[in-house]
Amino acid sequence: MAAVVHRELAAEAWRFYGPVLAIGALVAAGFAAFVYMETNGHFVTGMDNQIVWGLPHVFAVFLIVAASGALNVASVASVFGRTQYKPLAPLSALVSLALLAGGLAILAADLGRPDRLVVAMTHFNLTSIFALNMFLYSGFFAIVGVYLWFMMERRMHRYTGTAGIAAFVWRIILTTGTGSIFGFLVGREAYDSALLGPTFVVYSLAYGTAAFLVVLDLASRWDARAFDPETIAKLGRLLAVLVAAALYMTAVFHLTKLYMARSRDVEAFLLVQGGIYPLLFWLGQIAIGGVLPLVLLYSPRTGTTRGGVLAAAVLVVLGGLAQMYVTIIGAQAWPQPIFPGWQESSSFFDGEIHSYAPSLPEVFLALGGVALAAALIAVALKALRFLPESCTDSSSQQHTSPQARPR
Amino acid sequence: MSDAGRRGFLGTAAAALAGVALAPGIRLIDLAGARAPDEPASGKVRWGMLIDSSKCATGCTDCVSACATENGLQDTGRPKTDAQWIRKIDLKDLRSGRQHSAPVMCQHCANPPCVDVCPTGASFKRADGIVLVDRHTCIGCRYCVMACPYKARSFVHENLSAQKPEVPRGKGCVEGCTLCVHRVDKGGTPACVEACTSAGHGAMVFGDLNDPASPIAKRLKELPNRQLRADLRLDPGVRYSGV
Amino acid sequence: MIRRFTGIVLLTLAAGLAFAADRVAKPVIAIDKPGRCVEDTALMRRDHMKLLMHQRDRTMREGVRTKPHSLAGCVDCHASTKTGSVLGPQGFCQSCHDYASVRLDCFECHAAKRGMAAALGAKR
Repeated sequence: MAAVVHRELAAEAWRFYGPVLAIGALVAAGFAAFVYMETNGHFVTGMDNQIVWGLPHVFAVFLIVAASGALNVASVASVFGRTQYKPLAPLSALVSLALLAGGLAILAADLGRPDRLVVAMTHFNLTSIFALNMFLYSGFFAIVGVYLWFMMERRMHRYTGTAGIAAFVWRIILTTGTGSIFGFLVGREAYDSALLGPTFVVYSLAYGTAAFLVVLDLASRWDARAFDPETIAKLGRLLAVLVAAALYMTAVFHLTKLYMARSRDVEAFLLVQGGIYPLLFWLGQIAIGGVLPLVLLYSPRTGTTRGGVLAAAVLVVLGGLAQMYVTIIGAQAWPQPIFPGWQESSSFFDGEIHSYAPSLPEVFLALGGVALAAALIAVALKALRFLPESCTDSSSQQHTSPQARPR
Repeated sequence: MSDAGRRGFLGTAAAALAGVALAPGIRLIDLAGARAPDEPASGKVRWGMLIDSSKCATGCTDCVSACATENGLQDTGRPKTDAQWIRKIDLKDLRSGRQHSAPVMCQHCANPPCVDVCPTGASFKRADGIVLVDRHTCIGCRYCVMACPYKARSFVHENLSAQKPEVPRGKGCVEGCTLCVHRVDKGGTPACVEACTSAGHGAMVFGDLNDPASPIAKRLKELPNRQLRADLRLDPGVRYSGV
Repeated sequence: MIRRFTGIVLLTLAAGLAFAADRVAKPVIAIDKPGRCVEDTALMRRDHMKLLMHQRDRTMREGVRTKPHSLAGCVDCHASTKTGSVLGPQGFCQSCHDYASVRLDCFECHAAKRGMAAALGAKR
């Protein structure tokens, strides 16, 4: 097999620094929001004692979940032996690391005492899914870091497969852990289901692949690299399968909840009566994030084109954000039943639907995390050889000549 | 126990509690589970509370105000972010229209979800069953707020000043009812119970659930009572009767 | 005890003179209640944080509130007679922590003003 040549981002001067400056400005805005929230306290946000996790958590959990799935392309190449994806594997690992860093940065910046982050790294309560996740996240950085090194260092190539398997197993556990943050909360009727772990794994596969496709497309537009339509079409088909699987998990999750009398009220709230949440669920998660991408990806006209696949990927990302909003905020908006069967009221808003409107600092903090991930990717692309010379895979296909041919 | 006997007993109990409220020093020895002040809290004691909603009047907030005064909880004019360690929940049965009222605070579970989920171990359960937050290691992630089925935890949303010396509180940490641990350690009762008792309502009893001779254990034996969300098997230390 | 106190004052003065050229102002350590602290001055200067930490864990985790090394005890004795607080540029805690450039975040949560320490049993 001929070696694929990877090159740094070749965009020069303003073409590189223009977008980087814009990204940097968003990171700075996120940092300013963080300082503002921490000096004043969280009362300046839309979060309160009813909705304790807000928009920053929606973005953070989305990024963390997508991070795990962004490794799909690398896994498919090293674990499942699809060599045509090998040229894209380093980028896949990079996107994965960057998304995780962005998500964790949001979570850390939203802490009530971010100055005590070191406490979180030195005091562990091993019954806490959060504490376990801290090991899983740092382990993920280490394993994917090593995996990336093996991929980029010729002498270590022969260990890439082993590292790829380790990373694959690790990320499945990691996303199960992320889903379990919510799944094991027995006091909230919208959660309290072990299905959330596996459901998050499937979501992560779809969101991560979509996020990777968006990054791949933007990066190759950045310095106008050639793009192999066949790879894109194949990735599009992979995305379609994963989106369908995500829809399936969503259906199973809600149907089990609907079957149990105790969670019918909360399901009625999230799926029908809850205003913004049913809207985000049906229009966002199901239509925009599920059905529409499937239509785009399976229709013969758009399914194989770069534009069609990119549009589907963007829709899956948007649908994923909508899903996180419903899963995280919708679940908190529903009051906890302390005296089931009774109508409750109190000065602490018991028995009431809780309202939430994100404040500007929260929006900037959330976008700042996305921008941080983008910044990390941009800098890495510029400094290191992540992108294949041309985003074509012909050089690694067995049946074609080793020469990359323009199509 | 006969009706008269019970009344007699309740009278004695109320008198004992009133006496306790007047002379905190004496009660240290009186109430079961007393330990020497320099002895660590032990698992021999399980502090708990019994709330009799049949004696708890709708609209009465004596316990809530006593808590705020004792622990220095201030009203910032922002009810959605203000901490509430104890609140009165008004209950209505939609079919029959039957109404109740009862205070709800940290239930001091034997298997507290807040302790299970806390990443740093800041949420912890003392040997005598009191569930507390170690503010020195609380990072303000609010996972415990998500996990508590009783909405008993509050997050401090702003800078505070003029805290009570015995009740440290500060921005960015999660907090909740401490069962007035600073009073209990010196043989006292929680402020809410004291206020309810001294106002003559007698809807709250505090004591050692492990000591069969304690007033609370005797009342629990007499009155039908239950734990909130008993289905979750958290074994709360606070029991409710009449609802 | 008086000799020790005089010694500290002299030492402080001497140190003040020796570093008079320093740009960082010396901390103002006004001790309104001269007398013996709960431990030797040298030990308190070096290890007060360890004593506080130990007492803190004993108090919080075990409910033992009898030992004299409580933060409330510090405040009760060392709060300024003028401001009633250990904070402020001339406050007992803050002046020295500012000088040593050591973050002092106890009082984000703990009361910095003299309060009810008599009832705490923190004093002997």
